Amino acid sequence: MFIPRAGTRGQAPLLIPHNRDSEETRPMDTAFFFIQLLNGLQYGLLLFLVACGLTLIFGIMGIINLAHGSFYMIGAYIAWSLASMTGNLALAILLGIPLTVLLGMLLEWLLFRYLYARDHLYQVLMTYGLILVFEELRSLVWGDDVHGVAVPALLAGSIPLTDNLSYPIYRLAISVICLVLAGGLYWLIQKTRLGMMIRAGSTNREMVQALGINIKLLYTLIFALGVALAAFAGMIAAPVSSVYPNMGAQVLIICFVVVVIGGIGSVWGALLASVLIGLTDTFGKVLLPEYAGVSTYLLMALVLLWRPEGLFKRI
Amino acid sequence: MAEPLLEATCIHTYYGVSHILHGVDFRIGKGEAVGLMGRNGMGKTTLIRSMLGHVRPRQGKVCLRGEDVTESAPHRIARLGVAYVPEGRGIFPNLTVKENLLMAAREGVDGRREWTYQRVLETFPRLAERLDHGGGQLSGGEQQMLTIGRALLTNPDLLILDEATEGLAPLIARDIWRIIGDIRGSGIATVIVDKNYAAVMDLADRCVVMIKGTVVFDDASDKLTGEIVQKYLGV
Ligand SMILES: Nc1ncnc2c1ncn2[C@@H]1O[C@H](COP(=O)(O)OP(=O)(O)OP(=O)(O)O)[C@@H](O)[C@H]1O
Ligand SMILES: [Mg+2]
Repeated sequence: MFIPRAGTRGQAPLLIPHNRDSEETRPMDTAFFFIQLLNGLQYGLLLFLVACGLTLIFGIMGIINLAHGSFYMIGAYIAWSLASMTGNLALAILLGIPLTVLLGMLLEWLLFRYLYARDHLYQVLMTYGLILVFEELRSLVWGDDVHGVAVPALLAGSIPLTDNLSYPIYRLAISVICLVLAGGLYWLIQKTRLGMMIRAGSTNREMVQALGINIKLLYTLIFALGVALAAFAGMIAAPVSSVYPNMGAQVLIICFVVVVIGGIGSVWGALLASVLIGLTDTFGKVLLPEYAGVSTYLLMALVLLWRPEGLFKRI
Repeated sequence: MAEPLLEATCIHTYYGVSHILHGVDFRIGKGEAVGLMGRNGMGKTTLIRSMLGHVRPRQGKVCLRGEDVTESAPHRIARLGVAYVPEGRGIFPNLTVKENLLMAAREGVDGRREWTYQRVLETFPRLAERLDHGGGQLSGGEQQMLTIGRALLTNPDLLILDEATEGLAPLIARDIWRIIGDIRGSGIATVIVDKNYAAVMDLADRCVVMIKGTVVFDDASDKLTGEIVQKYLGV
């Protein structure tokens, strides 16, 4: 199929800690530890943007959406193509967000709303099919090459930590943006009327409607929110991870791990689990490189032994 | 009779292959109180759900203020001024008492806001003491007050109460009956389903009795004699 550089796919560029070369000469000194900590947080927070949509859509509408990782990929490609056209990543993202919201609404309206009453098997079949469709479309529209996206000039520098260690400002910016979004999401879900309706919709659909709330519209909005957040994660990750075919698959799998650890349907569980996974993965790669592949799954197994339902109950 | 508010004609409803309602007629006028009676499983809840759009009748017609709402979505019907207190209460356990009340508060059809958050708390002082509790932490009686309060906050013209006092201690049930009486007195039309037939007959202008998905009695409450009650309701 369309997987160039398949050999390197095992370690997504997103996951490669910065300044890795220096690690054999310096064991865990403070600055190095600090860099890994920031990397782990940044990776975890980015995962959260993808995972929160997955968990919301599952928790409220009961849909297992295997195609959720594709939205991450679509976001990255949109960012890349709009950035190449406009020469400005920030502008590309601003233009891209409404596009992804529309995409989410359209998909919900055309396809996903017919899955709500269906068995999980149908959901898995259709959303797996969608992954193939999205990859094929991506191949037709954008081709199969790997593309780099330039870091915006404003955020291009690095912050020196010691003589030979520094931390890129752009990665720091990613973490800050993700934290702001997580805060916004908290406000939306916990403090607004729309958030109350969203939470209510996860427990008693009929009653929500009986109170005069248009649940179909509510579902469309939640779905579009999930799509836009995943795509946004892909957009801001593009300069760090580069843009390549099938980039959603890996994110999807790790996001399912996040959702299971956090507790299915729990947004705050997903936040905690994302950060845990980000740190485990990053430190696992540094401290126990030979076990790096299993560290996150080990974490999942341990959490599930301790709390079979995951860390949190639904929203 | 008062000007009709909700009017269902010849409703046939199925759950899968089971034919539950066999051509039911039901109407309620503005400001009227109607008791809906029948033993377990006779189709009272199914009739309500059919009129509110939660199940689609296979035949028949539902009109609300003269508008055909047979095919309308449940939220559209609710927005035409119908509030529903379902069997089993339907509070949202993961929302606080305050959030349960506020999430659906809105003005009525003609822009009335007779029922405000403040007024609901005055009517149900026990809720005022528990605003930050989760809905799931309330006692049965408090949950019932919460559902009724939440329904009133949509400023309805018609309130449908399905088994509002079921499973409540007698003293609490008496409280609920008093409040239902007040609501009825305030001019909101009410449909009351309850196993306490005496209390229903006391409050209702008219009573409708169902047996196996058909209406066998529909007349003024005082025409519902002990004999008929004995015959249809087996009390
Ligand atoms: N969701 C459902 N699926 C299939 N059958 C149902 C369903 N709900 C109710 N029924 C059946 O429909 C019939 C009417 O039930 P309904 O709940 O309307 O009765 P009811 O008069 O409200 O009874 P109760 O006093 O017990 O609340 C019963 O025989 C019941 O078993
Ligand atoms: Mg019933």
